[in-house]
Amino acid sequence: MSGMATFSWQQLLPSWHGWTTMLSISVADRLAHRSDFFVGTLFRFLPIVTQIFLWTAVFSAAGSELIAGYSRNDFVAYYLLTMMARSFSSMPGLAGGIARSVRDGSVKKYLVQPIDYVGFLMAARVAHKLVYFAIAAAPFGLMFFLCRGFFPPLPEMPTIAAFLATLVMSFLLGFFLEATLGMLGFWVLEVSSLIFVYMLAQYLLSGHMFPLDMLDSITLSSSGYSLGDLVQLLPFQYTAYFPCAVWLGKIQGQELVSGLLVEAVWVVVAAVACRIAFLRGTRRYSAFGG
Amino acid sequence: MILVFARWGLYCFAMTSSSSDSRSLSPVIDVHGLAKHYRVADKQEGLASSIRGLFHRKSRTVEALRGVSLTVEPGEFVAILGPNGAGKTTFLKLLAGIITPTTGTATVLGHVPWQRHDDFRRRFALVMGQKNQLWWDLPAAESFRLHQVIYRLDRQRFEQTRDELVELLEVGRLIHQPVRELSLGERMKLELIAALLHEPEVLLLDEPTIGLDVVAQHSIHAFLRKVQTERGTTVLLTTHYMKDVAALCRRVVVITHGRILYDGTLTEIIDRFTTHKIVTLDFEQPPSETTIAGWGYPCERDGPQVRLRIDRERIAETLSRILAGESVLDVTVEDVPLEDVIADLFRAGRDEYALAETASGGQA
Repeated sequence: MSGMATFSWQQLLPSWHGWTTMLSISVADRLAHRSDFFVGTLFRFLPIVTQIFLWTAVFSAAGSELIAGYSRNDFVAYYLLTMMARSFSSMPGLAGGIARSVRDGSVKKYLVQPIDYVGFLMAARVAHKLVYFAIAAAPFGLMFFLCRGFFPPLPEMPTIAAFLATLVMSFLLGFFLEATLGMLGFWVLEVSSLIFVYMLAQYLLSGHMFPLDMLDSITLSSSGYSLGDLVQLLPFQYTAYFPCAVWLGKIQGQELVSGLLVEAVWVVVAAVACRIAFLRGTRRYSAFGG
Repeated sequence: MILVFARWGLYCFAMTSSSSDSRSLSPVIDVHGLAKHYRVADKQEGLASSIRGLFHRKSRTVEALRGVSLTVEPGEFVAILGPNGAGKTTFLKLLAGIITPTTGTATVLGHVPWQRHDDFRRRFALVMGQKNQLWWDLPAAESFRLHQVIYRLDRQRFEQTRDELVELLEVGRLIHQPVRELSLGERMKLELIAALLHEPEVLLLDEPTIGLDVVAQHSIHAFLRKVQTERGTTVLLTTHYMKDVAALCRRVVVITHGRILYDGTLTEIIDRFTTHKIVTLDFEQPPSETTIAGWGYPCERDGPQVRLRIDRERIAETLSRILAGESVLDVTVEDVPLEDVIADLFRAGRDEYALAETASGGQA
């Protein structure tokens, strides 16, 4: 009981005025580093050019129209869409920032003030994303316009709605997963190697590197299950592969509904994990460090 | 059975009634037997021991606080003094609810601090070091606005308080400049303002004047004195500067080795712990060493000027003896500097601790 912060919903969800102030201050903080932000945003677009060249070369060497059910255009469209999904789900500096605040003691502030640390981080991250999109909207738009030839025709409204829902949930999932990782800083002094492992797993298993359904053809000996089935059990796919597959119409009907539900469950699980890690972490911090 | 219930009911009634009417009477801070032990890794230097440390770690227990009891009434201004590592900061952290004690109880404003209830957290403030509440890359005005939201302050009231505090410390031109560009003293002033925006009833300050120049120290003293008298805030402050204590605090608590060594007024400390006064004499003809040694303990000699430490009881008698025998141009009598008194006190605490340690070691 002792050391456990009292928890109230009111505290977790600040007033409207609270949100707008936190947003505007976080935006101001982001803009204080605007040059770094601009460069970072713009250079994110370079890899896509490489992808176009790479897949053109791969397909001409293979001499076939389809690889694992994907055409060259499908691959390029897929990578463009993962870039979009990742811009929602990636949380640069979140885990490291939490761990640093524990190590240098600035987390004290959130124990002393009547504010919820996780809620505060969330507001700051929403602000971060808003600034990012404000800057990236034009280059993103231009990129998608130039690359429109790689895409299949626009999907129907329900698919677009499902796609947007997956993006919002991928933001929440990415946030809570990485925040939980950062909370491990309460137990171990240095989380950067853990973050590295997480990033690697994320890169391979989220579909950021290649479409995950390519793994369906790799069967695990004797079990009858494929590697793809295994990867489907993990939450990572929802941060990149799943939204793209929804837009490209690879997941539809009943499968889409259950996919969205499972994603929502993962969001809740990650949020609860994050809350537990925070409560236990602060209890430990109170008992041992401070 | 019924009797038990009846008694229990009566007990509950007594509890509620006493807690409701004691609100205004009870102390703001009430601490009993508070102790905090840390386990710290004990690591020898060198590669070999680092590798050994991978497999089994040695740790030892550090007793930062070893049973502290204290009550503070509303509106008191208390200085907590002690050498480095005495447990002052640990004590403030416990009162702020950042850490939980190993044993003992404490209430601050009627709350157990480490339960961190929001109604408690809205009513106190802690200033511990720089970069505490202010956003490094933003102007302080933005951080102030954030505090308005965090503490749910009424906009008008907030703006009025902010403007008052800013005016008192004369930092109006600094609040629109990124905090990282400001000097140490300027940042501390803004930290203090941030801490006082929500008009806390209890203010905990950890070395608020550390590293500041004399002018900044003075303006912070004047500021704290004014705010404290106007609002009746209860303030606990740790410091190493006796100037802070002399300017602000009537009550002084000395902590050494995790225990309270002294708790009382500043004048009492001087009365109790100074046995001497410093007497400076200007002679026409400097007397011989042996004559001087007969009067008291000579501290300094500079030509015809002599500084002496003389027992307080013997001052009058000795002075009249000197004035009768020598031709003296000038005399000043001063108290021993406060720094020296406190240093003696710390040393006494250390010796006492060492003695207790060897005694308990001998038993074991």
